[in-house]
Order: sequence, then C-alpha cells, then structure tokens
Amino acid sequence: MNAIYWPSVFFLLFGAMACGFALAVLLSANIVRMAFYLVMSLAATAGLFFLAGQEFVGAMQLLIYVGGTLVLLIFGVMLTSQERFVNMKTLAGDWVIGMIAGGALLSLLTAAAFSVPEWRGPERAAVENLPIEPNATPIGMGLLGARVDQIGAPADERAGMAGYLFPFEIVSVHLLVVLIGAAYLARAKRRSNPLPTG
Amino acid sequence: MASAINNLLDWLLTSWLLSGLGLSVSTDSAIGYVVAAFIHIALIINLVAVGALVFIWLERKISGRIQDRLGPTRVGGKFGWLQTLADGLKLITKEDLMPDGADGFLFKIAPYISFAASIAAFIAIPFAGGPYPWIAQHLNTGVFFVIAVLGLEVFGVILAGYSSASKWSLFGAMREAAQVVSYEVPLGMCAVVPVLIAGSMDMVVIGNQQAGFFTNWFIFHDPATFITFWVYFTCALASVNRAPFDLAEAESELVAGFHTEYSGLRWSFFFMAEYGSMLSVSLLASILFLGGWHGPIPIASLLGLTAENGDVAGYVGNLLGLTNVLFKGVVGVSVMIWIRWTLPRLRIDQVMATCLKYCTPIAAVMFLGAVLWQYNLPGRTFFGLLAAPPAMFSVDEGWEAPPAVTTEPAKPAMVEVRVEGLTPQQVAANQERGN
Amino acid sequence: MTTSLLANLLTEPPGVAHYMTVGAVMFVCGAMCMATKRNALGVLMGIELVLNGANLNFIAFGSKYLDNGGPQLGLDGSLIALFVIVLAAAEAAVALAIALNFYNNHDSIDVDRADQLQG
Repeated sequence: MNAIYWPSVFFLLFGAMACGFALAVLLSANIVRMAFYLVMSLAATAGLFFLAGQEFVGAMQLLIYVGGTLVLLIFGVMLTSQERFVNMKTLAGDWVIGMIAGGALLSLLTAAAFSVPEWRGPERAAVENLPIEPNATPIGMGLLGARVDQIGAPADERAGMAGYLFPFEIVSVHLLVVLIGAAYLARAKRRSNPLPTG
Repeated sequence: MASAINNLLDWLLTSWLLSGLGLSVSTDSAIGYVVAAFIHIALIINLVAVGALVFIWLERKISGRIQDRLGPTRVGGKFGWLQTLADGLKLITKEDLMPDGADGFLFKIAPYISFAASIAAFIAIPFAGGPYPWIAQHLNTGVFFVIAVLGLEVFGVILAGYSSASKWSLFGAMREAAQVVSYEVPLGMCAVVPVLIAGSMDMVVIGNQQAGFFTNWFIFHDPATFITFWVYFTCALASVNRAPFDLAEAESELVAGFHTEYSGLRWSFFFMAEYGSMLSVSLLASILFLGGWHGPIPIASLLGLTAENGDVAGYVGNLLGLTNVLFKGVVGVSVMIWIRWTLPRLRIDQVMATCLKYCTPIAAVMFLGAVLWQYNLPGRTFFGLLAAPPAMFSVDEGWEAPPAVTTEPAKPAMVEVRVEGLTPQQVAANQERGN
Repeated sequence: MTTSLLANLLTEPPGVAHYMTVGAVMFVCGAMCMATKRNALGVLMGIELVLNGANLNFIAFGSKYLDNGGPQLGLDGSLIALFVIVLAAAEAAVALAIALNFYNNHDSIDVDRADQLQG
C-alpha cells in the first residue's frame, strides 16, 4: 500500500466539485440556484488551476471570473427575477435531444482523453520532486513580448513563439470597446418598464 | 510556522503521541500533513473569531466614548470586556427564524459563504517575515490572491439578500453588488503600487523589503505612495462595507439591509465575516504600506533576534513581528470604527461618485506617479531624502534570470504539496536540519 | 482501463487526461445548458461553463506537473487561459446588456420568444 498522494486527493475533491456543480447548473431549474452552483463550479476550477501549478491564472480566475463576471451575472439575474422567470422548466423533448447529444459528446471526449498514453498521469517519482517555479513573472514578461521560458530555444523555433504584446494590446482595446458598447446597450431607453436603479 | 513548531510537532507525533500504540509517524507522512494543516486552520479561525469578539467590544467602547457615554461596563469586570461573549451566548439561544417565502437552501448557506471567504483571505497573509515567515500558505502571488478572495465575500451577501424574499434585503444586496464590484478597481490599482516598488507580489518579500527604520516603509517611499495609502484605506473601507459606505445595511432606510431577516447564530456569522475582512484589509494595508512586521525602530534586528542567530532568537523575533503586524491591524480596525461613528452615511450616488470620479482617477495618477518616481529616482526612499537599504533590491526577478533562481524567495502554494505531502515550513525545517 | 486509472488515483498523480475529463464534463454540461435552458441568463451560464471546460484543458497542457512526456504548451497554455478569462468577462458584459435590453423590450427573459428580427 503506497502512501496517499495528497495532490491527487485534492484533485479528486476539486474535480468532483467542478463536475458536480456543473451538473447541478444543468439540472436545476431555478435561475438563482444555477448562479450559485456556477460560482461553486468555477471556484473549484480555480482550485484545479492552483493544483496544476498555475497559481496566477487561478487567482485571476477568482478575481475576474468569480468575483467580477459572476457578480455581474447575478446582478442580471436579480434585475430580471420576476416570479414567472425564476423557475423556467425545460421542455421534455429538449431534455431527450440534449441528453442524447450530450451523452454522445461526453463519451467521445472522455474516450479521446484516455486514448493517448502520454496524457495519462506521470510517474509519481517524476513529479514529486520537481522544482517549484512561480510563473507570474514569466507570464508578465510574456505579455510584454519577452518569452523568458524560451530563451534556450533555437532562433528558428523562437520565430513562431513571439510574445503576447500584440494580443495584449488588442484585448485592452477590445475591453474598452466592450465597456462602451455594454454601457450603450444597457442604458435605460424607455420609461414604460423602468429598471430598478438601486 | 517556524521550524520550532515543526520540531515540536515531530516530537509530539514521533515520540509521545503514538509511541504508546507502537506506531511512529513523522510529519512527512499523511497524518503529519493533516495535523499540520489543521493547526494552521485552527490558528486562523481562532484569530478571526477571537478578533471579532475583541473588535465588537472595542466598537461598543469607542462608539460609547464618541457619543459621550460609557459603553459596556458590567459583564466580566471593570471594562465590560466579556460583553461580546454574553452577546454571543444570547445569540446562540435565539430562535432561528426563516421567512416564509425564502429560498431555504441559499438562505441557510449564505452566512457561511461570507464567513468562509473572509477566513480564506488569511491563508496568504504573513504574520511575521524573515527566512521562516509565519504564514499558512506561502503564495507567490499573495497580494493578488488576498484581493481576489476578499471580493468573494460579496456572494454571501448577495445570496442572503436575494433568498430572504424581502425587498429590504434585495435592495441591500443590489447596492452591495454594485458597490463592491466598483470599488475592486481602485482597490486593486492601489495595491499594485507597493507591488510595483517591491517588484514582487509575494507578501513576504514585500514585507521584508521594508526592513529597518520607519523611513523604509512604503507609505513614505514617495509622495505617490503616501497618497495611495489613503486612497487604499478609503477603498478598503468601502469594499468591506463599513460606514460611511455601509449602504448594504443602511438601517435608516433599509431596516438592516441584507441581514434584515437573519437572527441568531447565522446573523452573528455575517458579523464575524465583516470584522474578519476588516482585519484582513487592515493587515494587508499594514504589510503593503506600513512596514508589516517591522516596527518603527527595528528592535528585533538591533537586539539580534533574527534567524541567523539560531532558532530561538528567530522565533522571538518573529513573535515581535507578529505583535507588530497585529498591532497595526488593530489600529487600522480602530480607525475604521472611529470613522464609522464620526461620519454620516453617503447616498448611493455619492458612493459611486467617490469611486468613479475620485478614487479611480487618483489611484491611476498615483500609479503613474510611482512609476515615474521609480524611473527617475531609483534607490531613494523617505520621499527621496534617504538612500534605500540594500534589502529593497533583494528581489531580482529580471527576465535574464533562469526560472530556478527566481524561485528562491517565493514558494507557490499547492505545488508545494507535491513534495511528498510537506508544507513549506516542513521543507524549510528539513533543509535546516540537513544543514 | 478507466477503472484501473481511477482506482490508483489516490496514490498516483493525476494526468492531463484526468483534467480533460473534468473539462469534458463541464463542457458538455455547458453545451447542454445552452441548448436546453429557456432563460437567457441560463444560456449565458452555459457559455461560461463551456469556456471554463476549455480553459481547464489549456491549463492541463501547460502544466509540467501533469506532463507524462506528451506535447506541452508550456507558458502558452496559461497565457491563452488568461486571454480566455478576460474575453469571457467582456462577453458576459455584452451578453448581459443584450439580455437586459431584450427584457426591457419584450418584458420577458425567455429566449424562445426572441423569434422576431425586430426590436
């Protein structure tokens, strides 16, 4: 009997939470409950990110996704939560078609995931004593256009792996445009059904 | 904790606790890992719970004095210092009410979500620095993590407001959602300024760089950081929903806001969450701006109480550091209490205007100012009057450095677990024993 | 095959395939949410789940702690995941604005009633 490998235990915990709450989002009919389950599912995903050594992305997920996007979503749920919209049942026919399509997709994806031997778990001895590398600095430098992780790579390989400065700029402008666009779309136009402005 | 605690644990587990059963378990094993984790958890929960007891008593005394009365005087002797405990007993014996139309599951779980988020922030907050920092989980991106987790507390409030099936609660929750999401922006921008100066998001590194006299504190680093601190404190006040920003529970308009329908123990969990996050933003301020575990005069290093002079000296020095951090945190909370009982509550539009028209632009300009200061006057501190100590340049995370070298000051969180179930402290202890 | 992999998961490290399985479950749940939910915000939540399921794969392929000698994304994985998170925030803002507009105009949040191409 081998000793328990604690990252695996945490993987099982977070993985079960992510999957379980994702299923709960799907099966629940109450929109507010769905939002709550979604929060838990995405927080568990952040835990999986931490477990994979990507703590910067995990913290980002908590800050932007769980703390920002989902608060916004719940805000929207509250604004539109009249009694008749809180519980909207899915039609039975939709369920049947969805289950068939979803089950087929899920079995396909899972089979594909386990079909490649290199994708199975590494040997315990191989990862147990890996050096710990914080990756916030390489990510930041990558966004500035310098790939510190690729310094050793030969020049012809590095040509294709340029930094992410240009995508970063595009995303910045994109966010600005989206901000203005969302404010324009959501502004109160009609007085017939004014939104509660709390 | 430092190696001393680990040695104690080793001794407990190997020689005393289990030897009677014919077992010997070291801290490297599964049981040792779980025990070490539970000790950290117990310490943090106790800090929040006992802290809430003290802060509620403090709030009553301070508000009493501000309003020219005495506050609690009877329970537990002279200053009424057991008043909160008596209140707690009363709350436990109260009937646990739930409104008729409430969403039972969410109504019940909401206070615990707030409380859990409030506690989770303490995981990455160091209470003493040096080579063996007192921190539950040494995160490479500590500042980021704490701010991210602090933003999660709002979920409990929103769910409570919605599931109470009461208009007062819903209004309170909507205000809270709008307010917290807005104030996260200037709060994050303010927290970035010390990160920029330190060159690291690791809170232990940030704290260690402010070693020495109070002139090295980041609040005095340059004019921009000085202003940033006050903006940070304002935004922190708003993000933990303290007056004058406590729109979510404005009792003069919304009865009690989001916790109108709560009673008994669940209500007290909301309160513990509130005081817990007040303490955590104050601790964050003390580590980012006010020197963390370094007092105004570096008594610990003047007396030689550092880890270089042996385990015991390092331990006592860390104890001094812990006192410093907690004192600064308590001062921060006291100032928050003082502000609450001094200033009138803002209107919601004034709250938003404060965030969008004042805090965010000021924080942005101060960020720019700190960048320019660092660029034009590198290596100066105390408003440029003094040369910065060498400790401030101790982190070189330049991109030329190979990744293995940059790992030295920072130990990431969950990855550490892979080293055969060791916590960072145990790894440090093992290394030390190897030396 | 799968059962034996799950059986020793307590003592052996998880691999990319395990992360991909979790990602697949989230992806499928999200896709089915998008297909079956009638509430516009429920559809939006499905989109978030799909994006996170995909993100999990990027993270898994970028992590050296899950690597068993297969092709690795390295830092690209985390960078792409970051962009996905940021773009998802933008997408949610716009989608929410659209949903609120729809609610204003139609006095309903049921996507089945959005069957006319006019405001």
